[in-house]
Amino acid sequence: MTPLPARPTTDAPLLELRDVGKDYGSVIALDGVSTTVRAGEVTCVLGDNGAGKSTLIKILAGVHRADRGQLLLDGRPADFGSPREALDAGIATVYQDLAMIPLMAIWRNFFLGAEPTKGRGPFRRFDAATAKETTRRELAAMGIDIRDPDQPVGTLSGGERQSVAIARAVHFGARVLILDEPTSALGVKQAGVVLRYVARARDRGVGVVLITHNPHHAHPVGDRFLVLNRGRSLGSFAKADVSRDELTRLMAGGAELDQLAHELERPAT
Amino acid sequence: MQSDVFRSARGIANWLDPASTLGIMAVAVALLMIGGRFDLSAGVMTGTTALVVAIVAVEFEQNIWVAIAVSLGVALLLGFFNGWLVTRTGLPSFIITLGTFLMLQGLNLGMTKYLTGTVTAGGLASVPGYASAEWVFASRMTVLGAEVRVAVLWWVLFTALATWVLLRTRFGNWVFATGGDEVAARNVGVPARRTTITLFMTTATAAWFVGTTLAVRLTSVQANTGTGQELIYIVAAVIGGCLLTGGFGSAIGASLGALIFGMTQLGIPYLRWDADWFYFFLGAMLLLAVLANRLVRRYAEAARR
Repeated sequence: MTPLPARPTTDAPLLELRDVGKDYGSVIALDGVSTTVRAGEVTCVLGDNGAGKSTLIKILAGVHRADRGQLLLDGRPADFGSPREALDAGIATVYQDLAMIPLMAIWRNFFLGAEPTKGRGPFRRFDAATAKETTRRELAAMGIDIRDPDQPVGTLSGGERQSVAIARAVHFGARVLILDEPTSALGVKQAGVVLRYVARARDRGVGVVLITHNPHHAHPVGDRFLVLNRGRSLGSFAKADVSRDELTRLMAGGAELDQLAHELERPAT
Repeated sequence: MQSDVFRSARGIANWLDPASTLGIMAVAVALLMIGGRFDLSAGVMTGTTALVVAIVAVEFEQNIWVAIAVSLGVALLLGFFNGWLVTRTGLPSFIITLGTFLMLQGLNLGMTKYLTGTVTAGGLASVPGYASAEWVFASRMTVLGAEVRVAVLWWVLFTALATWVLLRTRFGNWVFATGGDEVAARNVGVPARRTTITLFMTTATAAWFVGTTLAVRLTSVQANTGTGQELIYIVAAVIGGCLLTGGFGSAIGASLGALIFGMTQLGIPYLRWDADWFYFFLGAMLLLAVLANRLVRRYAEAARR
């Protein structure tokens, strides 16, 4: 990894959450969550199943509105009524299912829904040469080595697909990139590949929100860690203030893990 | 030898003829199948449009071009109705178009009997404008000493146009995406609904073109014209490499499928085999094509995860 010389960091964070909460009926899905996402930094959201990670993504991506608290974009209060509004504000979300068509070529997938065109009137056509070239260039800039942009996405591995999706979001001007469990379905090696591209996106000045339940993936790449448990924040830590083991303990709910370790111990005979 | 005749210019013109009208339909049906849908009403729609041309021109005493324009309007409406119903209800297009297929079949027979008193609408040859319509839809030209119908030329043109649209326009990209994974396509901003409706209207337009060609060529139209052809179109598209599950295929492939169909249809009598066996061969080719398609799909998804 060769980081770009100067990471663009300004005073106001790209995105800031202040005491955000969300209810589904009488169920409190999320409460009192605060954290920041800065340009050129990775904010990891950690939590076990049911911790409220998906609810948080949906608020950031504009799928849901927060019931309590504030969302600040560039220091100004923001309110996203739809995913489109969030996207227009530069917040791109890469979901687990990626929104790619397996039977289509990589370059066709890369520009799907936003195809560059040339020519006029009835001769307006998909500028395939530009699309192929841009795809090749963008993937190369992310350090993704694709043998041939003409190959169908279905022939790529899971990690490669995540990487292409990340490159696509970056190309289309994402300032904040939300990654929903990008490593959860991958093996150790593939997960490493994806984390490397997350670092690349960060080095290009994107603010990354990495959602995961794996502290081993989060700790090496993250600059800030938000730990959720049953909808509540257990704190937002800078990297210097928290070790990987502490993160693991926090996620599992500290005392609960000690209890489990105790239960699993062999009885002294 | 009979096969010498088959290979001669005149022989080729003979088997190009059935291949041409089938090919025009197969190309449109292939686009629709790549977009992930079927149109079982495509066959009977060639009959409907042909009947509209004949009835409007003869029974309502209009210039044939007026009749052809009315017929195009009817086709576009039918295509829009199919597409709208499919996207609106989310039901399989197979069922929706089976419904319109049966309705049109009944309508063709009922309306023809009601308006002409017989099961045939005829007398187009003496209608004003017939000569120019014949020039466009049914003229013949001599190529290398063989008489070739103009439909062959149209077929080549439509195949080229469809190929260009599929591979080199935004719409073509949307067709592949809609057929490949509609939800994913919509998530990245592809207007999947509009794409589907446009595809159904394209199929209907092709049916209008073929229907008009049949009406002008024969100058009289049977009420059951086109019924049963819809499956042949699908067979040609599948032989040409279209996946039944959508998202993969080509216009050229569908044209080759139609060509193979034409060659088989006329080749069997040339070989002095019993023509009754034709459908046996067609079915066998279809099975082979589907097996080959499966290999393609396996390859494309081989390294998935």
